[in-house]
Amino acid sequence: MELLRLATAGSVDDGKSTLIGRLLFDSKAIFEDQLESVERVSRQRGDEYTDLALLTDGLRAEREQGITIDVAYRYFATPARKFIIADTPGHIQYTRNMVTGNSNADLTIVLVDARKGIVEQTRRHAFLASLLRVPHILLCVNKMDLVGYDRDVFESLREEFAAFASRLDVADLSFIPISALQGDNVVQRSVNMPWYEGASLLHHLEQVYISSDRNLIDPRLPVQWVIRPQAASRLDYRGYAGRVAGGVFRPGDQVMVLPSGLTTTVAGIDTFDGPLDEAFPPMSVTIRLDDDIDISRGDLICRPMNQPTVGQDLDAMVAWMTERPLAPGDFLALKHTTRWVRAVVRDIHYRLDVNTLHRDESATSLALNDVGRVSLRVTQPLYYDSYRRNRQTGSFILAAEDTDVTAGAGMLLGPD
Amino acid sequence: MERDWGVAGSGQYQLSELQNIEAQSIHIIREVAAEFERPVLLFSGGKDSVVMLRLAQKAFWPGRIPFPVMHIDTGHNFTEVLEFRDRCVTEIGATLVVASVQHSIDSGRVAEEAGPNPSRNRLQTRTLLDAINEHRFDAVFGGARRDEEKARAKERVFSFRDEFGQWDPKNQRPELWSLFNGRHRSGEHIRVFPLSDWTELDIWQYVVEEQIDLPSIYFSHRRHVFRRDGMLLAVGPHVSPRDDEETFEATVRYRTVGDMTCTGAVESSASSAEDIVIEVAASRLTERGATRADDRVSEAAMEDRKREGYF
Repeated sequence: MELLRLATAGSVDDGKSTLIGRLLFDSKAIFEDQLESVERVSRQRGDEYTDLALLTDGLRAEREQGITIDVAYRYFATPARKFIIADTPGHIQYTRNMVTGNSNADLTIVLVDARKGIVEQTRRHAFLASLLRVPHILLCVNKMDLVGYDRDVFESLREEFAAFASRLDVADLSFIPISALQGDNVVQRSVNMPWYEGASLLHHLEQVYISSDRNLIDPRLPVQWVIRPQAASRLDYRGYAGRVAGGVFRPGDQVMVLPSGLTTTVAGIDTFDGPLDEAFPPMSVTIRLDDDIDISRGDLICRPMNQPTVGQDLDAMVAWMTERPLAPGDFLALKHTTRWVRAVVRDIHYRLDVNTLHRDESATSLALNDVGRVSLRVTQPLYYDSYRRNRQTGSFILAAEDTDVTAGAGMLLGPD
Repeated sequence: MERDWGVAGSGQYQLSELQNIEAQSIHIIREVAAEFERPVLLFSGGKDSVVMLRLAQKAFWPGRIPFPVMHIDTGHNFTEVLEFRDRCVTEIGATLVVASVQHSIDSGRVAEEAGPNPSRNRLQTRTLLDAINEHRFDAVFGGARRDEEKARAKERVFSFRDEFGQWDPKNQRPELWSLFNGRHRSGEHIRVFPLSDWTELDIWQYVVEEQIDLPSIYFSHRRHVFRRDGMLLAVGPHVSPRDDEETFEATVRYRTVGDMTCTGAVESSASSAEDIVIEVAASRLTERGATRADDRVSEAAMEDRKREGYF
């Protein structure tokens, strides 16, 4: 069984909660006691119908105010795949949650109300998904029952969205007309829309090909931890533990260690379950090397013929996530792969309007929920790839040095 | 034993779902060991903490787990589970710290609830926070899963706790990619949940695949029980039926391991982990809804306890 991480965004009005509720319910991921509890709360509040949003809105404040504050994670499985849904609220003030939910997603579901068409929130969500380089974007045109299952409505929304998406960097874009409330094209193909010949939503989620989405070309292992057992039987053991962030490593491979630049050979790839012939993303492994080189946490193992960019001057798209604005001259803590360094903001090139994609080059700072292109200088060289090429070695987070909160998320721009 | 790392028929270089979440959990555990000075792993002998311990073993193999293991002993634990705890910790050579709720009561830190069969569920928060302070632990691994409960569905993998040990659900740090932010000041700490993305079924499937040993109470056995609030409670030193509650013998097992006072058994003939995988897959009740009185206090019982510093 494979794992698919998906992100959803939108407000209750889009029928997002109904859609998730139906996916969970039809795949038997909602349990009777959860349903009873939701029904009880709905009754107490005097709702006319059982509000499935209560399944995901778990916090007291959310229930009291009828809003979704934060990313909620939901789990369901079919015989084909297990799904992890990062469910985020869609309002503009929650851009940071959409960015968070999309950061690990294989696929994003963008929901549109067939009656309202493509609105600001649709464009914002699609843009953020493309910024975070979610490989698959799925536009679900919902509430088709309320437009008489009209093919023309669907087709014109599809054209409008495709035209907008052509300005974005989207690898795979699909469209499905659905009614979450009636169940059309959610689990089963709809009998009400015989003109639609594609897969149902669930079938699409089960079948979409995700194996090629990882970087299997550029070998990268950021060292997390050096394993040196203090046991008499393994006095000479020295292993470099980490999660493969790109490419494939094999015993016998010639490798280079950064920052030292020294080269050696992979002696073995170890796991608790035995040695491996190959290690690839996202495996957590321990690599032994033939030569005794000084390696510590934060170093990177790569190949001599395939090295990342090494540099202290960074150019990145930054999503800002905290109240205090980001401005040139600000000092921040920056975490990239397995290291923390200090960073200073050199320049804010432009602020991007997440609704119109307009670049405001007069901007001098980034406020909460803004996205912009930023230059940074860091205290020590980073070994990085462009985010476009590798989500692991191309991303970083920024933390405030005084409050320690996670203040921003960065996607590195590079030669490609 | 050689392990098959591929998923048949789905192309090359693809991990199975369990291998995927295992790799993620190991990554999380290694990050904590590397970035914190004094981590500790909470171990109750329950299935989730047993799986977490196995993942920690894998993370540092062939080295030892570089942090101690801590049990919050309420004094109301199942004997079978305590024996299992000691055996398990000895086998892998880990250091065990036991923090006792009885000690917190005796030293006047907390007062036992009034009435017959008092629950110590809420009291353990004080014991836990005192132990974290006393040992100056800065990272505390917990085995909580997001699929367990609605407040937990919102919790971060690295979850910040202030100097009072409190969780502020409305003010959580965004968590992106696999870049975890464990920064904190002296006196504050981070709760870390490496099993966040695991479901109950994942845990059982992993127990089967890895042939992990669990306390015997997870498997079907005969036991004297009585019915209270729709749950089957075991008759024991800390729980006794009231006059109107009839005791009978039944074939039961436990889906979760908590205190004897608040953990109910389910009638089941599942005697192996394989049987339980089948049972869990078919179950229409969550494990906490079915068997935990501590979650039934109110809609937000878990959120309220978590805010105070609960597991």
